[in-house]
Formats: sequence, C-alpha cells, structure tokens
Amino acid sequence: MTRAPINKIIPLSLVDGPGNRTSIFLQGCNLACAYCHNPETQRLCNHCGICVSGCPSGALTIAGGRVNWDPEVCISCDQCITVCPSFASPRVRNMTPDEVFREVQKNIPFIRGITVSGGECTLYPNFIKELFAKAREQGLTCLIDSNGTTDFSRFPEMMELCQGVMLDVKAWDEQTYQKLTGGPTNSVVKKNLKYLADCNKLEELRIVCLQEEVDAEAVISGIAETIGEKVTSVKLKLIKFRHYGVKGRLQNTPSPDEVYIQKLLQLACGFGFKKAVIV
Amino acid sequence: MNQVLDIVTSKKLTYEQKVMSLAHAAEDTLSILSIPEKTRYYFEINAIDDLYEGHAPYRPRYIMPDYEKFIKNGSGFLQIDPPKDLDELLNSLMILYKHVPSITGFPVFLGNIDKLIEPFLDGVSDEMAKKKLRLFLNYLDRTITDSFCHANIGPEATRAGKLILELEKELQNAVPNFTLKYDPDITPDEYAELGIYTSLFCANPAFCNHKVHKKTYSTDYGISSCYNILPICGGAYTLSRITLPGLAKVATSAEQFLNELLPDCLEALGNYMNERISFLVEQSGFFESSFLVKEGFIHPDNFIGMLGITGLAECANILMGQNGKRYGHDVDADNLADQIMTIISNFAVQFPAKYSKIANGHFMLHAQVGMDYDLGITSGVRIPVGDELENIYDHLRHSARFHREITTGCGDIFPFETTGRNNPSAILDIVKGSFSLGSKYISFYEENSDLVRITGYLVKRSEMEKYRNNQVVLHDTTHLGAPNYEHNHLKDRKVRGV
Ligand code: SF4
Ligand code: SF4
Repeated sequence: MTRAPINKIIPLSLVDGPGNRTSIFLQGCNLACAYCHNPETQRLCNHCGICVSGCPSGALTIAGGRVNWDPEVCISCDQCITVCPSFASPRVRNMTPDEVFREVQKNIPFIRGITVSGGECTLYPNFIKELFAKAREQGLTCLIDSNGTTDFSRFPEMMELCQGVMLDVKAWDEQTYQKLTGGPTNSVVKKNLKYLADCNKLEELRIVCLQEEVDAEAVISGIAETIGEKVTSVKLKLIKFRHYGVKGRLQNTPSPDEVYIQKLLQLACGFGFKKAVIV
Repeated sequence: MNQVLDIVTSKKLTYEQKVMSLAHAAEDTLSILSIPEKTRYYFEINAIDDLYEGHAPYRPRYIMPDYEKFIKNGSGFLQIDPPKDLDELLNSLMILYKHVPSITGFPVFLGNIDKLIEPFLDGVSDEMAKKKLRLFLNYLDRTITDSFCHANIGPEATRAGKLILELEKELQNAVPNFTLKYDPDITPDEYAELGIYTSLFCANPAFCNHKVHKKTYSTDYGISSCYNILPICGGAYTLSRITLPGLAKVATSAEQFLNELLPDCLEALGNYMNERISFLVEQSGFFESSFLVKEGFIHPDNFIGMLGITGLAECANILMGQNGKRYGHDVDADNLADQIMTIISNFAVQFPAKYSKIANGHFMLHAQVGMDYDLGITSGVRIPVGDELENIYDHLRHSARFHREITTGCGDIFPFETTGRNNPSAILDIVKGSFSLGSKYISFYEENSDLVRITGYLVKRSEMEKYRNNQVVLHDTTHLGAPNYEHNHLKDRKVRGV
C-alpha cells in the first residue's frame, strides 16, 4: 500500500488555489531554499530525540530509537520544530491515500477541492495519483503545488487526474537558482513551465521576490517568453519575501520595499500578464 | 418618577433618544394587560421576557410595508404620486420611511431595495447613480439612528445592488443592515463574491438562505431588524421570548424540565403573547387608523407572533449538571438540546395564536439574539463565544441541525482573517456548503473591522469607545452594543481563516 509522510492537513485553506480547499502538506523536499518559510517540512525526522525533552505537553516520547508524537496531547506550540536542527518535524504521520481521504471527506460539502503541497509533494507521485482518484470520484478538484523539479510529463496518469499546478518559479539564471535553492538545475522547471502551459494545467505561477537573491525580472520575462499567449490567462503571484518562519542566512532579512515590488508588477503587466497580483 | 427625571437630565442621550425613552416610560406606567400570577413568576425568574416591548402595544413590533405597491400607487395620505425617476423614487422612500413605525421608533425594513431602485436606473450613469445613492444611504444612516433596520438585496444580480455594495464599502455605515438573499441557482458566483468581499470591509451584507426562506410564507418574505424573516405587506405583532437558562435554573431534573416546566412556561408565554396581540388588534386602534393599512401597504392578515428562544446552549449545559458535558461539544448535551427544540416546536405547531392567519393560526419560532442585560446567555441556539468549535465545518453542521426548527430568523456570525479578502470564492464555498445542509443565515466581518456585528445588528467599535467615555453617540444601538460586546466577550469570537 502506498504511504506518504503527511506533515499536516488543513481543512480550510483560503490561499491554496481557487475557492475553499483542504490542503495536504507532504513532508520532505528535494530543495532547501534559503527563503523557505516552513523549513520543518524539508527533511524526514532522523529520530535524534533532541526535540523530545522540550515538549511542554508530553506529546513526544522516545522508544526503541524512534520518536513518537501523540496528536491528542500536542498543543501545537511549535517548540519541537523550532529546536529541530535537521529541518524536520516529529509531527508527521505516515498515511495511506485512504486515510488521508477519510479526513478530507469530513470537509465536504464545504470545500471545492484539494491541494497537495509540501515539502515537495511530487516526490510521491503514486500517492498523489491514488489520492486524486478518490477525490475526483467525489467531485473535488485536484491541484498540485510544486517547485517544478519533477518532470510532470513522466507521470501521465497523475497529470490526467490533476486539474492544475501551482508552480514556484524560484529563479531564472541557473547559478542564482543553485545558490537560492541548493538544487542542481532549473532546467526541469523550465521544461514543466512549457509542458503545463501547453496542456492547460498552469493554475498559478509564483515568484517569491527578494532583491539580490531572486532575479525576479528575469523570471518574469523568462516565463512570458516560455508560455506565450498564456500570460493573459495565468495568475501570477508576486509574493513579497517575509522572514517569518525562515531559518538560516535570510532569517533576519527585511521584506523588499513597496517601490521594488510595484516595479515588478509594472514589469509583469508590461509583458502582458493580466492576472498579476502582489501578496 | 425617578426614571423619567433620569431620562430628562441624561447627558448621554441625544434629544431624540430622550423623547423615545420618555414615550416608553409613559407607556410602561399602564398595566392593562392581564398577566396571571404564574406568568408573573416566569417573568420574575427571568424565564419569560417581553424584550422591552412596552406594557401597552400601540403598533406592531415590526412592520414590513409593501414598498412595490407604494411605488406603483404612491400614497394619498402622504400626497405622493408614483415616482417617475430616481430622484422622485429616493425622495418618496425617504418620506415613507419616516412614517413606518416599529418597536424602535424607526422603520426596521426598508424593502428589497435593489429591486425598488433598479427600474429607475435606466439612462442614469453609474457615476450619477452613485452620487444620488450615496446621499440616500447617508441620509438613512444619519436619520435612522438605530441599527435594527434592514434592507434586502438579491437573489438576482442587479446593477442597483452592485452600486449599493460598492458604496457601502466606501461609506462604512452601520445603518441599514443589508442581507443578500442568496440562492446558488439564481445568484451568480461573481455577485455573491462581491457581497462577501464587501462584508470583509463593512460587515455588510449578511447571507440568507433564500431556497429555504422563500417557502416560509404564501407571500414574499423580507429580512428585517435583527434577522427576522417576515411576510412582506405584514410583519410581526410581537416578539416575546423564553429565556431557557432562567427556566433551567429552577428545574429539579432534566426530566422535570422537559415534561413539566418547559410545557408550562410555553403555555404561559403563548397566552401572554395572545394577550399582547389582542390588545394591539382590538384596542390600540392601530389597524383602524394607520394609512399603511388603509392604502394596502400592510394587511392585518399578514402579521405573525414570534416566539423567541434564547440561551439554548446554557440551558442544555445547566441541565447536564455535574457531568460537564457541553452544548456543541458532547452528543448527550446536543441530543438534550434537540429534545428541547422539538418540544418548543411542537408547542408552536399546536398552540392557537390569535389573528395570525398567514401563520395558519400559530406562533412562529425565532432565535432571539439577546439583550444588553443578558449575562452569560448566548443568542438563540448559538454555541457560546469562547466555546466555538475548532473546526468551522463542525460548527456549521451543528448550526444546520439547530437552525432546522426555527423559521423566522436564526443565524451565525464569523469574524474572518483579513486574508479572506483575497479569496471571497473560498468563503462562498463555505456558505454554499452550510446552506446545502440547511443552515439559514450567516454573516462575516473582518477581524479588525470598525463595524462589528453584536448579535445581529452592527455597531462601530469607535462609537462604543466614545459611549464608554460618556460621550453622546448618534445611534441608540451603540447603547445596547457596548455592554453586550463586553458581557459576552465578543472581542474573543473565534476568528476563522488560514
Ligand atoms: S508542537 Fe511539538 S513541542 Fe509543542 S506540544 Fe506539540 S509535539 Fe510538543
Ligand atoms: S524532529 Fe528533529 S529534533 Fe525531533 S527527533 Fe526528529 S530530527 Fe530530531
């Protein structure tokens, strides 16, 4: 049976796609972006036990070299993820698509669909495929929120069920990308951009904007060149970097100023984006 | 007569507020209603409440004029010809509103306002229409100085409705309340989303389940005052309530409450309401003298008596006794509450109400939202503030279950995070879901909004602050809202969103 590590399931999400959605966050990522605002979703727990003693509610215990988490007792204080040195979380459940869907089902008829996010959810394509199959049966729409490092064209069954991808385009220049994300190349992201535009599954594009770290101008023009006329219909979110939740070298970096972000918006409009917004 | 002197010399009341209070005090010197000993007892233990409706009713509590008819016919009494353009329409309405009585002294229902205005917008530019409507809306807010006043829009999308929503966002007025009659099969998503978006700036409009409510009466319905679903061309004679926690406190057991106390108290309340209605219809002279009746804007056959229910949550919690099971959180408490609702509902269905033709000779149930003096009594059938269910869907499922028996107004209020403004379609999905389950009415405001919903009516936080500092304020509902906001810890209402 397929299982995937689930960081959390948010029953009501206003920010992960159109309408009201239940968001499922999968644990683990193949990048380590300097601006990541939920770094605790990046790695799997190695059961080092460091977080256990600091848990104020006794939700964490260690037995047989494994750290266990009791959701009934946990008070969601986030102490554990703050102290974890490994960009992980002890609050992860290994779940089957069935188990996840049982939680999703409780939210019908209040939701329009589900969004799988992360971490990087496309590290678990089979899990996504099975979950989406169940969700589609119940009339829910299914979206993927991804960093674009998995070649979508290699997973036609998953893409058949998926109704749209919200794609993070983190940087355009490869060196900038490597420095920001620790990933080897963004060539797959660019390939995906074209693929998704061609098959009409580009739900939303996201750029986290931060001067000197992100070549947002190049990203905007690069996207426009790649997706052609789709610029008029695709939503582009220019996300202002915020240091909230960030660990590491950018944790005290201030947000970009309004002038810069407005300039980017102007630029995007100039390239023909009709649905560009600042968030 | 100290009370009268207090009113006369008050430094917190406007002149107008003094005049109203004096009228009230004068009315209350009378004791013409026959009230049996037992009923008096229920009043004393705070199990029955007449909601300050006065000791000698001389006008129905809520009046829902047929404004369409007024526009078509004009009014002989007011010497108004049928309006021919937007200026004449707005002016005519402003005049008529002044002459629509109610318990508050102000009109509580201003009509299906978008429908009234829409035909007069032909050939008027948006800009011109907005200028006129802005003046009109500000006139209403500054002269109807009581928030128990309601205008309706929808379910169809109209240009008038859209202009009004845009203006409301800009004006930040507390009066009137707006309700969008919402039916997903009729109301376009885009229009409903504009409504939600607007409500996250100015707490208006609220959303009413049109599919459910349109079946309430044989005539069209309107939403008046503080969520009252009433027949147009009629209204409500009275609203008296059973304050369930007051009654539960004197119960010796849950069984005794269900089998003896509750039926007995309902009987007393029913008779009391009939007594009020009889005086109003037979002796007050209202229906003989009002031009609204003579010109057919209201008809005596279209009035009902509303039996109010409040504090179901605390009642169930009291009756659960030591075991600590709570309404909304425990099956046993909810099942008990359900039993209570069934008893009340069965009572209403069989008890004969006087002069209530449109309600087939019965009283209709209303989730009364509370009074400024209510301490630890939660509105209607709501879950208490601070005890809300963590998951909004569980909360709304619970609402749908307990809204079921209540036909003339019952709703919920949810503050939302500011980010909700970026995705009104998400909140609309929640409305759709809850209405499909049978929830009847829902409203939202943004977490930091100056305008907040107290129990159903709107008050500005800034005005409450003034009132607390002993300053005179324009809207008399601020007097009610300020203590209620504190007593019921409304600032602690659970903010929804992610
Ligand atoms: S969030 Fe982590 S530290 Fe806090 S109670 Fe839960 S498990 Fe313990
Ligand atoms: S969550 Fe982090 S700190 Fe806790 S046991 Fe796992 S790796 Fe160690």
